[in-house]
Amino acid sequence: MFYREAGDFKTSYQSDSQTFPIKFDRYRYYVVLVVAFGIIPFIINDYWANSLLLPFLIYAIAAIGLNILVGYCGQVSLGTGGFMAVGAYAVYKLMTAFPEVSMFIHVILAGGITAAVGVLFGLPSLRIKGFYLAVATLAAQFFLVWLFNRVPWFYNYSASGQINAPEREVFGVIITGANAPAWATYLFCLVFLTLCALIARNLTRGTMGRTWMAIRDMDIAAEIIGVNPLKAKMTAFAVSSFFIGISGALFFALYLGAVEVGEAFGIQKSFLVLFMVIIGGLGSIFGSFAGAAFLVLLPVVLKVVGADMLGWPTDIVAHLQLVIVGALIIVFLIMEPHGLAQLWRVAKEKLRLWPFPH
Amino acid sequence: MLDASEGYITEDGRKIGGVVMEMKNITLRFGGVVAIKDISFDIREGEIRAIIGPNGAGKSSMLNVISGFYVPQEGEVWFHGKKRPAMRPYEVARQGIARTFQNIALFEGMSVLDNVMTGRLNFMSAGLLSQSIWRGKAEREEVENREAVEKIIDFLEIQHIRKTPVSRLPYGLKKRVELARALAAEPKLLLLDEPMAGMNVEEKEDMSRFILDVNDEFGTTIALIEHDMGVVMDLSDRVVVMDYGKKIGDGTPEEVRNNQEVIDAYLGVAHD
Repeated sequence: MFYREAGDFKTSYQSDSQTFPIKFDRYRYYVVLVVAFGIIPFIINDYWANSLLLPFLIYAIAAIGLNILVGYCGQVSLGTGGFMAVGAYAVYKLMTAFPEVSMFIHVILAGGITAAVGVLFGLPSLRIKGFYLAVATLAAQFFLVWLFNRVPWFYNYSASGQINAPEREVFGVIITGANAPAWATYLFCLVFLTLCALIARNLTRGTMGRTWMAIRDMDIAAEIIGVNPLKAKMTAFAVSSFFIGISGALFFALYLGAVEVGEAFGIQKSFLVLFMVIIGGLGSIFGSFAGAAFLVLLPVVLKVVGADMLGWPTDIVAHLQLVIVGALIIVFLIMEPHGLAQLWRVAKEKLRLWPFPH
Repeated sequence: MLDASEGYITEDGRKIGGVVMEMKNITLRFGGVVAIKDISFDIREGEIRAIIGPNGAGKSSMLNVISGFYVPQEGEVWFHGKKRPAMRPYEVARQGIARTFQNIALFEGMSVLDNVMTGRLNFMSAGLLSQSIWRGKAEREEVENREAVEKIIDFLEIQHIRKTPVSRLPYGLKKRVELARALAAEPKLLLLDEPMAGMNVEEKEDMSRFILDVNDEFGTTIALIEHDMGVVMDLSDRVVVMDYGKKIGDGTPEEVRNNQEVIDAYLGVAHD
């Protein structure tokens, strides 16, 4: 009824290949942008920022990054936590070494450093695929965590072995450390998420995305019709790690503030982001958002409903969360491998024809 | 009738040019199995060249050698008068050799349009930065190549399915999309591996018409493998016949038809 592309004609190839070809979608996207940038910063408080919005924004960046690698290029990776740690430690070293440089530049540089590390650990993908590649990236995960634990240079020889984000400003507003206002950290992360999502979308609808998907769908045929597999896989690793590095940097500097690497960026983190991608939808930018939102929201909702409203013991609620996530992964893998994004697409397809489906 | 450099005139009056690709004494082995034994033949500009033979004769291996997927142990591949050095398949594709596959090898997760656009990678050179902001060269290339792709989509009459995911298409259309993807590369040499396998008569007629049209309109040189003898004899200008990895015949369809060895290979004769 409301959701129609009828009468929405395209007269140029530009407008046909745009991100939201349907007018309704486009306006909804603008509304979301206006709410996110223009309204939420004014009503945000610390609880909302720390329990929901910041983790959502940061995990969404990581999920987009991993989705590029796993969902678009078909290279399974379990090294997400390790790559996030690279971003975090890179931004920490940069923040402490160059305090006067803007945080924007530091975070982007941290992404760049992670991209280089990602390419390095992506090299095995030229030889191996599937489970074997997953195991190779798992090695990256453990190696990186070990490295940041064992080499004191990375944590500036601090006694605790932790890294702590010093206070830094952007345009005169404090955005890291304990005194940062919620709206500033929120906006800073939101800017990065918006840019990352736009870049990811542009890459995946163009030549780069097509070479990635060609490698994913049939790598031998792709090579025979002219895709350079080395270039395709390495760019996928680079772009993916770039985003994951940014999310790691934000996770440490703006969200946690203090990080012990094994705890914050362990193997659980790799699986968490992978679950976001699977539940949200492989090969979909929107799916990355949906997956991140779902897994960030789930523990909060369970806590509010289970512990606060029904009065269950908190440890039961925590275990229940694990059970639900595990069950959902199985359900999604069997019933709908393309995740929430596919459910959303099917719903839209139904809405288009509603109320006259025949 | 055949002249080494000048080419020849076909029965239906088309002019065939000089040699585009020449295979010289190709031998391909897989361990102890000899798939191709000392085969030489050439493909001339503008011609439709068929490779036929019974199952397991080495036809597909031959096509894989041409497209660079297999590297022969012995022999040379000459392309446009130059010996081709050992190169990766994607580099061969960059030189202007496109192909379709016996078992359709489309990218199932992508739309028809994206599949065909992938065929135009040779014409895309925008950098990562330009692509990530969708401005400048990337946007320009996207539009230019989309125009070229739309022409091919029109030509093969698949406009109605351009946004459909390939996985939803029936077999015959998939074959056509695969041809579209190969054509999108604007190849100098087009390799078709059993373009009519598993098709009904009507689909075969359509596909034959497309192959002739491609050859006629774009002047594309075509090498094809096909089992349907009627189709092969009607379409092709010259035919190579293989059996057990050896070349047993080479010439016009008429010559091949009357070749005793070919008749033996197809109708069966006691091998001693």
